[in-house]
Amino acid sequence: MAELPDDWEMVVGLEVHTELATATKLFCGCANAFGGEPNTNVCPVCLGLPGSLPVLNEKAVELAIRIGLALHCQIAPSVFARKNYFYPDQPKDYQISQYDKPINGIGHLDLPDGTRVLVERAHMEEDTGKTTHLGGTGRIHGADESIVDYNRAGVPLVEIVSGPDIRSAEQARRYAAELRSILIATGASDGRMEEGSMRVDANVSVRRGPDAPFGTRCEIKNLNSLRSVQRAIDHEALRQVMLLEDGQAIVQETRHWDEDAGRTQTLRSKEEAYDYRYFPEPDLVPLAPSDEQIDAIRASLPAMPAERRRTLVALMGEQATESQADQIASVVDQGIDRYVMAAAAAGVAAPLALARVANELAGALSDGGHLDEDTMVVLLQMEEAGEVSATQSKAVLADLVADGGGDPRAVAKTKGFEQMDAGALDAVLDAVIAENPDAWQRYVEGDDKLTGFFTGKVMAATKGQADGKAVNAGLRQRRG
Amino acid sequence: MSARRIAAEVAAGNRRATEVVEASLAEISTHDGELHAFTEVHAEAAREAARGIDAAVAEGRDVGPLAGVPIGVKDNICQRGRVTSCASKILDGWRPPYDATVVRSLEAAGAIIIGTTNMDEFAMGSSTENSAYGPTKNPVDHSKVPGGSSGGSAAAVGAGMVPLSLGSDTGGSIRQPAAFCGVVGVKPTYGLVSRYGLVAFASSLDQVGPFAQSVEDAALLLEVIAGHDPLDSTSLDVPAPMLVDRLDDGVGGLRVGLCRDLIEGASPEITAAVTASAELLAAAGAEIVEMSIPELHYGLSAYYLIAPAEASSNLARYDGVRYGLRVDAANVAEMNAASRTAGFGDEVKRRIMLGTYALSAGYYDAYYAQAQRTRTLIINAFADAYRSVDLILGATTPTTAFGLGAKVSDPMEMYLSDVFTIPTNLAGHPAISVPAGSDAAGLPIGVQLLGPALSEERLLRAAAVIEKGRS
Repeated sequence: MAELPDDWEMVVGLEVHTELATATKLFCGCANAFGGEPNTNVCPVCLGLPGSLPVLNEKAVELAIRIGLALHCQIAPSVFARKNYFYPDQPKDYQISQYDKPINGIGHLDLPDGTRVLVERAHMEEDTGKTTHLGGTGRIHGADESIVDYNRAGVPLVEIVSGPDIRSAEQARRYAAELRSILIATGASDGRMEEGSMRVDANVSVRRGPDAPFGTRCEIKNLNSLRSVQRAIDHEALRQVMLLEDGQAIVQETRHWDEDAGRTQTLRSKEEAYDYRYFPEPDLVPLAPSDEQIDAIRASLPAMPAERRRTLVALMGEQATESQADQIASVVDQGIDRYVMAAAAAGVAAPLALARVANELAGALSDGGHLDEDTMVVLLQMEEAGEVSATQSKAVLADLVADGGGDPRAVAKTKGFEQMDAGALDAVLDAVIAENPDAWQRYVEGDDKLTGFFTGKVMAATKGQADGKAVNAGLRQRRG
Repeated sequence: MSARRIAAEVAAGNRRATEVVEASLAEISTHDGELHAFTEVHAEAAREAARGIDAAVAEGRDVGPLAGVPIGVKDNICQRGRVTSCASKILDGWRPPYDATVVRSLEAAGAIIIGTTNMDEFAMGSSTENSAYGPTKNPVDHSKVPGGSSGGSAAAVGAGMVPLSLGSDTGGSIRQPAAFCGVVGVKPTYGLVSRYGLVAFASSLDQVGPFAQSVEDAALLLEVIAGHDPLDSTSLDVPAPMLVDRLDDGVGGLRVGLCRDLIEGASPEITAAVTASAELLAAAGAEIVEMSIPELHYGLSAYYLIAPAEASSNLARYDGVRYGLRVDAANVAEMNAASRTAGFGDEVKRRIMLGTYALSAGYYDAYYAQAQRTRTLIINAFADAYRSVDLILGATTPTTAFGLGAKVSDPMEMYLSDVFTIPTNLAGHPAISVPAGSDAAGLPIGVQLLGPALSEERLLRAAAVIEKGRS
């Protein structure tokens, strides 16, 4: 991570847009679906045809409130407003958003390191279509022509605006990661940054030390991954410091992050900034969720990531190791801690469950496929009871995830992973010892390094079927 | 012949819808070359719809309360597959892929849409001279305007080409032309009639309403188009009102306020017509009280900030990107500007600029926000007034129909012709203009009745008393 020179400090606030996981768009009955043939998932309302009118999706309101409650926001009576600006991917040339009366007011998000970041607001708005610039430079300035796909127009969004409380790029990445976990936990979003379900803009400024007034800020757009968030902010803060050190001033502007070039560049200056001319949307009525509705939503919220981390740490016994703490953070971020919880509830040792879930299951799931919790629990129980070895357990798990489930015992059987009976293992051990008399002699005389040699021979002879612990025990027993 | 009688006779099998349609088409071909109330006549579709009604009658099926009744529909109400252009070049040739809710209601009631009617571009105007199709003439005197913006709908009914038509009223666009053409026009309570498919001018003020030759026919049409629509979030969730059956119940025991502020500035003949109407109501048992609501004088100023502000946003979508007129240029922003420059008329441009200014950073509080506070003041003043009266009586317009071309070069003078109608829209209340005689030149005079939200039944009863008293 880049360090700012001398006593410079960066001040960062993030604006995160998340698409809501509703079945339909925010103001019409079109499907809220990713991809599809351009301009097929549209209707008079989301195309903004003359005479059409918006009707608010109640499910989107519920999901927005879920986000607000998870971020400890004040849920308030709200008013939709029109944000007016001309852009071809904006069907009405205004966006229905919320302005001075957002549904979610002041709240906060606590980072795992204990830092509390203010959430200024989390308001609802509709997404725009998607413009593609063809020919020329491929950007809006200098393209030969532009085509617009309105399938995304009207998709429900919540924009979560943080206070300027973040002080490093690493912290910004942590904030985005934590927010993403919270969004997934609430069920409001799938949090897929690569698909644009969650998009981050960063406001960055620098100042000399924590007591100096805020500097002039730049807004960075197009941060499509947690890695981009961190890289772009580091780069931008350093750029500003270098300008200031050089005696130049920072110009307030919107900048674009170029992931390939690893730098930010001017998108539009303050002079080119829009005057959005917000005013209350006359086609919609004010929104005033009742206390009963809010309480019912609050009661239905599952545990949030911070609480889930605490629970897992407690499960690890006296003191979780550092690597366990990392594994806990990782499984909670990925939303797969539920497998550990299920296994622990079924009596499986929590450290074993955590290790398998954080390593093998996480890896297998990231390659696609899925697995229900009960199946994972059965497999862990088999491993714990010695029915399968650790190596075999990992192989069975990979197959189960790739197939989207199945009976672990049946999979183990097809792979020939049935537990060897003691007599069969004894025979193999005796045979291996007989074939390697010199090595055996050294082992008997105390050369423990040869344990691995013999275990390997036994494993080879049994095609990995033997339980490593049983092999060790057999070797020690024969040494006397 | 009245719409109610046509529908009754068609339903009973005593008159064929096809004959009714042919008679209407014949009237149109006789008069409309001169009047130009219609932008398009849907002769073949109307004949086909009429044959469908006749077949339904022959099979004994229910044909609805407007069976076989020809109707004109303003050019800002979406008709699926038919040009709906708001009389603007920017929507030249645009055919909506869907019907407005009111169009569906009309068709479900058996009405036959015979033509699309002319209007001021995007409903901005009071004379139907701001039309890309050219002006409509007043059927009573062809040298005069029919009023506006729903001038085509008013003239079509006034000339007897159709018994009914639909208009829209944002600041008086139904009542003012109704008064100028000598017909009945109703601006319903905001939210009583769906706006889905009405191309927006000023969303918080727009309302679709009926034109008719009689109060009864206006009531009949309003019953058909009123009612909750889940596609319009501002639609009121109330049952459709029963209006026709209560029309003869009279005004006995009602207190009617004769409102000085809705008469001052009107011509002496119009003032006399208002007084005469008050006397008719008194004779029928109403109590007439003189009253004043001075806040109404702020209505015009508030309206000319709020309506253009909303319009500046509503009309942003006409940018040449998706539909309507596109003038090609070097880049998107220049294409937007060139298309809008070529596509919008002067009055529309004037209001877009006015509204954009009123919403701009640094001016919002002084203009838009101040206008909204004024609107609240007017709403509260009406609420106070309706604590002591049931209805309010005044003039619809300060003058009778003015000459074609007389005010086109003076926008302020044109705006003033809506001074009596605008406060109702700001309050979201219903009002009706009912014919009340003519001036010395023979031009129609309308008087206006205003009531609180959802008082249509009471308003129409009182209007029926005035209508009956004059005949």
